[in-house]
Amino acid sequence: MFGWEFPPHISGGLGTACYGLTQGLAYHGVDVIFVVPKAYGDEDQSSLKLLGASQIPIRKRNYQFKTSGIPSEDQSSPEMVQEMLYIEIGSGLVPYLSPEEFEQYIKDRLLAGDTYWSGKFRQVTPESSEYTEIMGTIDFTGRYGPDLMQEVSNYSIIAAEIAIEQDFDLIHAHDWLTYPAGIAAKNVSGKPLIVHVHATEFDRSGENYNTIVYDIEKSGMMAADLVVTVSNLTRSIVINRYGIDPGKVVTVYNAVESDRDKEPAQVKKNFDEKVVTFLGRITYQKGPEYFMDAANKVLKHTDNVRFVMAGSGDLLRKMIRYAARLGIMEKFHFTDFLKGQEVDYMFALSDVYVMPSVSEPFGISPLEAMRSNVPVIISKQSGVSEILKHAIKIDFWDVDAMADAIHGLITYNGLSSMFQEYGKGEVENLKWEKSALELKNHYLNLLNSTS
Amino acid sequence: MKKICFYFQVHQPFRLKRYRFFDVGNDHYYYDDYLNKHILKKVANRCYIPTNELLYSLLTEFKDQFKVTFSMTGLFLDQLELYAPDVIKSFQKLASTGSVEFLSETYSHSLVSQASQEEFVDQVNLHRSRIESVFGLTPTVFRNTELVYSDATGEAVAKMGYQAMIGEGAKHVLGWKSPNFLYYNVLNPKLKVLLRNYKLSDDLAFRFSNRSWSEWPLKAEKYIGWIKATPKGEEFINLFMDYETFGEHQPLESGIHQFLEAMVRQVVKDRNLCFCTPSELAREYQPVAPLSVPYPSSWADEERDLSAWLGNEMQKEAFNKLYSLRTLVLQAQDQALTKDWAYLQASDHFYYMSTKFFTDQAVHNYFNPYNSPYDAFINYMNILSDFIIRLEKKTKRVRYKGIPLEELAGQNLDEAIGAYENILKQLRKKRNTTAKSAGRQDPVSTKLPDKATKTTRAGKKGKN
Repeated sequence: MFGWEFPPHISGGLGTACYGLTQGLAYHGVDVIFVVPKAYGDEDQSSLKLLGASQIPIRKRNYQFKTSGIPSEDQSSPEMVQEMLYIEIGSGLVPYLSPEEFEQYIKDRLLAGDTYWSGKFRQVTPESSEYTEIMGTIDFTGRYGPDLMQEVSNYSIIAAEIAIEQDFDLIHAHDWLTYPAGIAAKNVSGKPLIVHVHATEFDRSGENYNTIVYDIEKSGMMAADLVVTVSNLTRSIVINRYGIDPGKVVTVYNAVESDRDKEPAQVKKNFDEKVVTFLGRITYQKGPEYFMDAANKVLKHTDNVRFVMAGSGDLLRKMIRYAARLGIMEKFHFTDFLKGQEVDYMFALSDVYVMPSVSEPFGISPLEAMRSNVPVIISKQSGVSEILKHAIKIDFWDVDAMADAIHGLITYNGLSSMFQEYGKGEVENLKWEKSALELKNHYLNLLNSTS
Repeated sequence: MKKICFYFQVHQPFRLKRYRFFDVGNDHYYYDDYLNKHILKKVANRCYIPTNELLYSLLTEFKDQFKVTFSMTGLFLDQLELYAPDVIKSFQKLASTGSVEFLSETYSHSLVSQASQEEFVDQVNLHRSRIESVFGLTPTVFRNTELVYSDATGEAVAKMGYQAMIGEGAKHVLGWKSPNFLYYNVLNPKLKVLLRNYKLSDDLAFRFSNRSWSEWPLKAEKYIGWIKATPKGEEFINLFMDYETFGEHQPLESGIHQFLEAMVRQVVKDRNLCFCTPSELAREYQPVAPLSVPYPSSWADEERDLSAWLGNEMQKEAFNKLYSLRTLVLQAQDQALTKDWAYLQASDHFYYMSTKFFTDQAVHNYFNPYNSPYDAFINYMNILSDFIIRLEKKTKRVRYKGIPLEELAGQNLDEAIGAYENILKQLRKKRNTTAKSAGRQDPVSTKLPDKATKTTRAGKKGKN
């Protein structure tokens, strides 16, 4: 499996999804070799070394999952420790940046005398991990530079190396950064390729999409023997915008990790107002301005509420200026990026969670909110709205409907108790084990049809 | 001789328009006129008008050999008056044949029997006088909204002077017993209870045009055969269903009209079968056993209970809030408010809030203007909030810390008294000091009118 991030270093939903899927696959007895580019400075590399290196450090370790709780039919012991080979590659790949942004990011980093981004990543502690072996380095003659495309292609060269060295049956690549790696691995090994579409360029950039990224996505999907999408929404984009044969595109919904073992966050609210929360990257894709417009409408009619916009992103400053212009800053709060525990606190404090995404291939965060007993309002333009029943669904642009739903949830008690009764149960039924089982069945079908 | 009792339910709610919370306090009109008119016209053209024509021709042809019974809600009659007055005439024409019976029910198609006895009685009386004035007939048999029946409701109905009431022949009510007999209420044996034969009724109402049904296509011969095949001692069959079955739920193209006509002709010809009305059954037969229904039953869904309307927290909150307003509505004595109060009670509004619709989607989605039960609840509560504001304005209801004065109790009551006494004290003090200062100095306030006229004059000058 080729990914681009993995806990503890995650900056968005992809890492969480990869973690959940691999854990679920391990539960169903599938051995996974997980390859990620390693770009984080909290290990033993310095940025200069990374940037100037002509050798790529590769680190291998065994990643251990404890599959706790649910005993399954084919496994005698429920407390079984699953192992997964985990490979990290030194690389400058940074997820969620467009090529242009990436260039800027590298420049900024050099100008600032290199401070790493590590503080920005959510620190999710994996259950246990231990190093078994350091593989040393693979010689690599290409040039490291501030060019995302170069990084992507470097990644694919190493992928080919790994594909020669390792023994496996299938290649599974997550999102466009890894598609060239997946294709390269397929070319050297002849094994079937699965590309997993967590988001498309259209989701990230709207109609002003980057054609280079689009081309990489399309070539990945064309080369793939199976394309897995996270929702039917994304599936139809893949079919219609990328011209992929519908017969080889399947949907496997994401899930959410159970928090049954986790202590519920205890937060004392020091004010009476209800709290309505937006939590996510503050970018075009997430629709923050619609949230603010709705907040403005609600605040015009009721006092008993505060709004929180948690997260950071390229629209953050614009949003702050917009809130100031609307004159609602007294009741509208920005938190900047929230890390691990802070996210749980935020949910514990919230009475309503809103995800007004303009385009959201899936969207795990509403599931996390529901898991914390927070009622959610989600846009119909999100993949997760295809599977959720106990959520209020609105069009992202329908600010009136959004405001009305927010007002209803903070005013009419029957509604929130309904969500508490049904929402949590619904979310707890969305298990990674289920998604992984579906994926495994697709794997088996693919292996049967190609062999 | 087996008797067949046909009774058709006719109802259309006033569906609510999209009402956002920013409309609360500003917009006092709640109904989606376009949608209501559209649906009523559509159903009138597909069902009410053609089926009435068919029934009229059969009723005049067979005189007293063919009989039907209707129950019509007040809301339905109100809508006909607004959008399709000719349909009222066509129902009146049916009534004039003398072979049509009308039943009593609640004016608003409401579940008021579960909320307030007094309001229940008021609504039933209102409905009865409406039926009397439109059709000149006085109903003697009662049917409750959605066939909701319980021992207590039956007793209340008996107290109002009805000889019989209609209920659902639900399995959990009857057990091994058959719906094809007359029963009596356990609390008041004078009230006879007629039960719906849901198997034979639903064969027409739900299954008739279903091609995956093993009995499709259903012909009159086969259906009459089923009726005749009921055990010998069972002397009547109650076929109760929505009138919309004929042409709307079961489209005309399914042959439902041809079925109805063929069935009526064959029954009239058959010496062992005949038609009758609920009041005739209640008069002619003696009940065979008491019927004990401690918990309300209904004719909806698999469960045949109230869970489709009052099953979840949203429905309960909306329902309780609505009926907590009765005293205020009576106090207000305002025509517009009374009307809205009646229209807001329709059980349909609560049906739209049902979360059972996630499983029973097909039936619950029918004519449902909302995307989800949550949507329905928010919309309804917004409207109810506005209704309460109007009521409180009209009745000059005062609240302390959000609690209406009449509901204050205990510590809150003491606190409120203290607070108001304090305010009074301050106000008196203010009045005294202003009176004193008014006595001493040339008061500005007495010159105010002068000043005002001056400014208006100045304003006029400025404009010129």
